[in-house]
Amino acid sequence: MTATVPPVRHSSKTPSPGGRRAAGGRTPLSRLRLPARLRRASLPYVLLLPALALELLIHLVPMVVGVVMSFKELTQFFISDWSAAPWKGLDNYRVAVDFNAPVGEDLLKSFLVTCEFTVLAVGLSWLFGTAAAILMQDAFRGRGLLRAVFLVPYALPVYAAVITWSFMFQRDTGMINHVIHDQLHLTDGRPFWLIGDNSFFALVTVSVWRQWPFAFLCLMAGLQNIPRELYEAAAMDGAGIWQQIRRITLPSLRPVNQVLVLVLFLWTFNDFNTPYVLFGRAAPDAADLISIHIYQSSFVTWNFGSGSAMSVLLLLFLLVVTVLYLLATSLRRKDA
Amino acid sequence: MHITRTTAAATLAAALIASATACGGGSSTDGSGNGSPKELTYWASNQGASLEADKATLTPELEKFEKQTGIKVKLEVIPWSDLLNRILAAATSGQGPDVLNIGNTWSASLQATGALRPFDAKAFDAIGGKDRFVSSALGATGAEGKDPAAVPLYSLAYGLYYNKKMFADAGIANPPATWDELVADGKKLTKGGKYGLAVEGGNLSENVHHAFVFGKQHGADFFDASGKPTFTTPEAVTAVKQYIDFIAKDKITAPGNAEYAANQSVADFATGKAAMLLWQAAGSSLKSHGMKPEDYGVAQVPFQTAGASGDTAVNSMVAGINLAVFKKTDNVDGALKFVKFMTSDDEQKLLNGTYGSLPPVKAAQSDPAFATPDLKVLADALANSAAPLPQVANESQFETAVGTAMKDLFADAAAGKPVTTESVKAALEKAQQQMPAS
Repeated sequence: MTATVPPVRHSSKTPSPGGRRAAGGRTPLSRLRLPARLRRASLPYVLLLPALALELLIHLVPMVVGVVMSFKELTQFFISDWSAAPWKGLDNYRVAVDFNAPVGEDLLKSFLVTCEFTVLAVGLSWLFGTAAAILMQDAFRGRGLLRAVFLVPYALPVYAAVITWSFMFQRDTGMINHVIHDQLHLTDGRPFWLIGDNSFFALVTVSVWRQWPFAFLCLMAGLQNIPRELYEAAAMDGAGIWQQIRRITLPSLRPVNQVLVLVLFLWTFNDFNTPYVLFGRAAPDAADLISIHIYQSSFVTWNFGSGSAMSVLLLLFLLVVTVLYLLATSLRRKDA
Repeated sequence: MHITRTTAAATLAAALIASATACGGGSSTDGSGNGSPKELTYWASNQGASLEADKATLTPELEKFEKQTGIKVKLEVIPWSDLLNRILAAATSGQGPDVLNIGNTWSASLQATGALRPFDAKAFDAIGGKDRFVSSALGATGAEGKDPAAVPLYSLAYGLYYNKKMFADAGIANPPATWDELVADGKKLTKGGKYGLAVEGGNLSENVHHAFVFGKQHGADFFDASGKPTFTTPEAVTAVKQYIDFIAKDKITAPGNAEYAANQSVADFATGKAAMLLWQAAGSSLKSHGMKPEDYGVAQVPFQTAGASGDTAVNSMVAGINLAVFKKTDNVDGALKFVKFMTSDDEQKLLNGTYGSLPPVKAAQSDPAFATPDLKVLADALANSAAPLPQVANESQFETAVGTAMKDLFADAAAGKPVTTESVKAALEKAQQQMPAS
């Protein structure tokens, strides 16, 4: 934003005789003032200052505290007096990335589960979002109502929505088993969804259900910017619906998708609420997402140093992925 | 231009990620102020049917206290799921209540944080003396040889609740006294979609409480004298396996119980889906599910052999709630006055009577109001056959690690996967590896 302020030259470079006289009349004051040019240039920064200060306070300070904690042995014996906690150097990190020892091995497992989960959840959310946005592009009766209904999962408070899912996933009394076992007879016995291996699919289901309306919303907005003439011209040239989607819709949505996929990735990878509400403080191995894992490593075992080290590692990982992603997508855009 | 835009986007993304991950290390500052000496903040645990019910119970008592001393008490009732995290946050930030309830099994862990004010001889003098309390309850107030981190407030013990009609229908005259009898009775009772015993398999604390009792009966302690975890001894493995086997081998418990974590087992017992339940003072919960007191009986939790004696004659943990003073309070006198008030004979009778628990204060416990058949069983267990969970600094981690291992084992059992001595040992091995090396 700051770069868009136009340089205002004429006022300082076109000295009018009257203006000079006026300035000369108040010499002591004007000498104290900054040159007009500097004043104008600094205005945007001054306006940004409060936001910057808050940003530092709200984002950077906790981050720095977290990083400092990761170098300390901050266990239950020291939490009431942080300064007494001994420095551990890189020990917390060493333990976290030693994949042959139990702590590192579990962290790696949790990381892989999270990757798998993120790819599935983001992929499906994006697919559903895109499909729904394209299908609802043409006006039909009840479109507004359907759009509103589709957005409900996104608008619901996380806790209320996920706790409802956890009731539905209960083995003996849940609706899911009632439908797939009692009514459709798809399974031999009643499967468990909240414990054991199936918990992974339960988690993906709830996550996709929560996220896809956001994809839908973004893509729907993106679709409004594609000129209808493009489609008409393509239709005249004999392009079918699939070709139109492939050659017009998707390329035009590229900037939206670039941001959307990144944001979905970050949200999903870091998602804490969904698994926590669904499974409680001890998630099953199959659904042990990294955020829950770190929570367990710090709050449940009361070792905040180790938990912070894992958080910092997670931060670095997401940062690297994000930068690579942005570089890759921008480069491709340049090529195109 | 491209480069700068990408850089800007990357910076923004970095900030986004940071805000999402930095939470791992942040400290909570929702501590209630403890500014004026004429005011106290009290965190109460959830003892009654709901947070509102607790507020309604406690508020008149707090007003009574204000009338006596002129000190106003700000009350916050905190659900169990949040309480430990809130206490940890308070300990970390130094912003917390003046007086608070803690689960008595956390005493030694919280004692190690130094966040609670030790009850030394002087503090005990200020609240009327140490010998007013029942000694078994005092055993769960902190590590041995140290000044207690808290004083007992409400006491509980486990009992075996059984459905009288289902027992009569199955031709069982007396409640089981040994686990073999319980399994045999359970098999008779398990038929037609009904089961012998209900367990709360997804609840980590419940799992650990039972593992502890089975462990004691087999001679396993889970910690050695120096406080090191010993989860994988043959005795500990036998103990844990015996509990998991209710689903895995004996099949007297419905497999669905493996995921219970919201007291569904109490509901199952109250509605006749299961004939037995191991629980602490279930009376008021059963009533709220529509089960009448005359429909169920309460017996001692079984032993391994009839007439067990000595170290293995344990059939309950010392359960209960302790009252602690936050170290950083600026009103120690007022806080101790409040502790004295809450542990006074009258308040003990009234509060424990309301919550269906036992008063850990001797003078109050002898009140006839606590001589009901079920409370007598619990009081008997508490006095004669209850042991406190290990009073070591890592107790809280033990609950989570072993409780989770048992939850996973229940999940295996319920899914029909074999649960063997080896698989139990492997699960406990993993739990032990998660314990902090200290």
